[in-house]
Amino acid sequence: MTVSSNALPAAKASLRRTFRDEAGRMLRRLLSNPATAFGLCVIVILVLAAIFAPLLMTHNPLAQNLSNILKAPSAENWFGTDELGRDVYSRLIAGTRITLTIIGLVSIIVAPIGLVIGTTAGYFGGWYDTAMMRITDIFLSFPGLILSLAFVAALGPNLNNAIIAIALTSWPPIARLARAETLILRSADYISAAHLLGASPLRILVKSIVPMCLPSVLIRVTLSMATVILTAAGLGFLGLGAQPPTPEWGAMIATGRNYMLESWWLVTFPGAAILLVSLSFNLVGDGLRDVLDPKNR
Amino acid sequence: MTAAVSIRDLDIELGFGASRRLILDGVALDVPQGACFGLVGESGSGKSTVLRCIALLLRGWSGDIDINGRPVRDIPRAEYCRQVQMVFQDPYGSLHPRQSVATALFEPLRTHKLDRHQERAEAALADVGLPGDFLYRYPHELSGGQRQRVAIARALILDPSILLLDEPTSALDVSVQAEVLNLLSDLRTKRGLTYLLVSHDLAVIDHLCDQFAVMQHGRLLEVLPREAIANLQVTNDYSRSLIQASLDYDRAI
Repeated sequence: MTVSSNALPAAKASLRRTFRDEAGRMLRRLLSNPATAFGLCVIVILVLAAIFAPLLMTHNPLAQNLSNILKAPSAENWFGTDELGRDVYSRLIAGTRITLTIIGLVSIIVAPIGLVIGTTAGYFGGWYDTAMMRITDIFLSFPGLILSLAFVAALGPNLNNAIIAIALTSWPPIARLARAETLILRSADYISAAHLLGASPLRILVKSIVPMCLPSVLIRVTLSMATVILTAAGLGFLGLGAQPPTPEWGAMIATGRNYMLESWWLVTFPGAAILLVSLSFNLVGDGLRDVLDPKNR
Repeated sequence: MTAAVSIRDLDIELGFGASRRLILDGVALDVPQGACFGLVGESGSGKSTVLRCIALLLRGWSGDIDINGRPVRDIPRAEYCRQVQMVFQDPYGSLHPRQSVATALFEPLRTHKLDRHQERAEAALADVGLPGDFLYRYPHELSGGQRQRVAIARALILDPSILLLDEPTSALDVSVQAEVLNLLSDLRTKRGLTYLLVSHDLAVIDHLCDQFAVMQHGRLLEVLPREAIANLQVTNDYSRSLIQASLDYDRAI
């Protein structure tokens, strides 16, 4: 039984088509859940706002206007002005870029660290596993915000250090998850088969184990984004994250707090933005779990 | 002529602390070149463990395992892979769920730096009776029998001389079982392969093997020729009752 050689490109094309179908089906399933669809919309709006920030801002977010301070929302200043006369709406839009930078950098740092530590610990086992898991335990035993506070206090308060500190505190749950998945996979026959076919441990990890861990890690990273946003805002609020005059949402709330009773808009809008974005990441994470997790099918 | 697989005094203990148990106790057997040797016994008798020791998937054993006259631990890894391969029991667990058949077949070719991947993979599929466009399928698009054929193709792609078969048909439908058994028997005559087949089904042993060994509680009781199944020329009581039970069962069906 052989197949003429021109049938093979067709088969390859159909493979690509199934990929596209699969992606389309996943997106449809994600959108069919109203909560997830809402979350996705908010995240898309957040990304669009960050990309088109210069077009959307009505004022320079850093420009002070001392003759126009603490003005209530109006046609001129949609979300009012702060204690230095800066436009809150423009600062909020500028803040989307900072929030996205934090989320992006943290996930780029955290997912690979968690995956590497978790999968190697699970696959090799023995003393290496014990050592890695005890280190993970140490990180897990502190509340995230407290540990980040300690790191930022040691490294010095600015946005980059806040990102590093948050990343250092959010990899352990991912490492744990990746290890647990690897422990299940390690005894699978297809891993034994790969081993018996001469694949090196590194090759088995990269080609066979990591692809199987990726969906759950992706879900976990998305869910932890909500915590990351809150921690970043918390650090900003405590004056240990982004420094003034950077329009970071947490820092905006921190300064707005002094004028909260007479000028409600200073805390309300950045607070609502933080709430909305972290809620959305949570909803999308839940939706992704429903779609990607094979146990829920 | 040296035996393809020769095992002497194979012992292995598994488990930790109080639950540590002797799983294999002094197993010894010889599989001649080009033969098909069966291993039978009830569940937990250590049949599959013998295969896992030979395949070096279990490492803590003591004793001697020689492949074509060389101690298995002295053979370089790459060379070993090209001499001994294994087919697993569960065709649903032995193929990576996210790898297409092409990836599964190309991987060993890449690790062993062989050329003409496409050609070799298509030839391997043709050998197990599957068309070449199966390369672009995923395991979930295949039936159990087709998966097991792909697993056999993957085991044969490095052209080994010895194939370890761990209950290759017990997870399959009865009609598909016969197909896969015939395929295995054809491949053996065509390529001169040596089989070491684990099964609890004496009909499978009767169909494929020249001789077989009966195992119980980690010990190898006796080695019998195929004819022993039909005429019950058995010295050991346990082997007799095992064969008798199997014959009675077949008759009852």
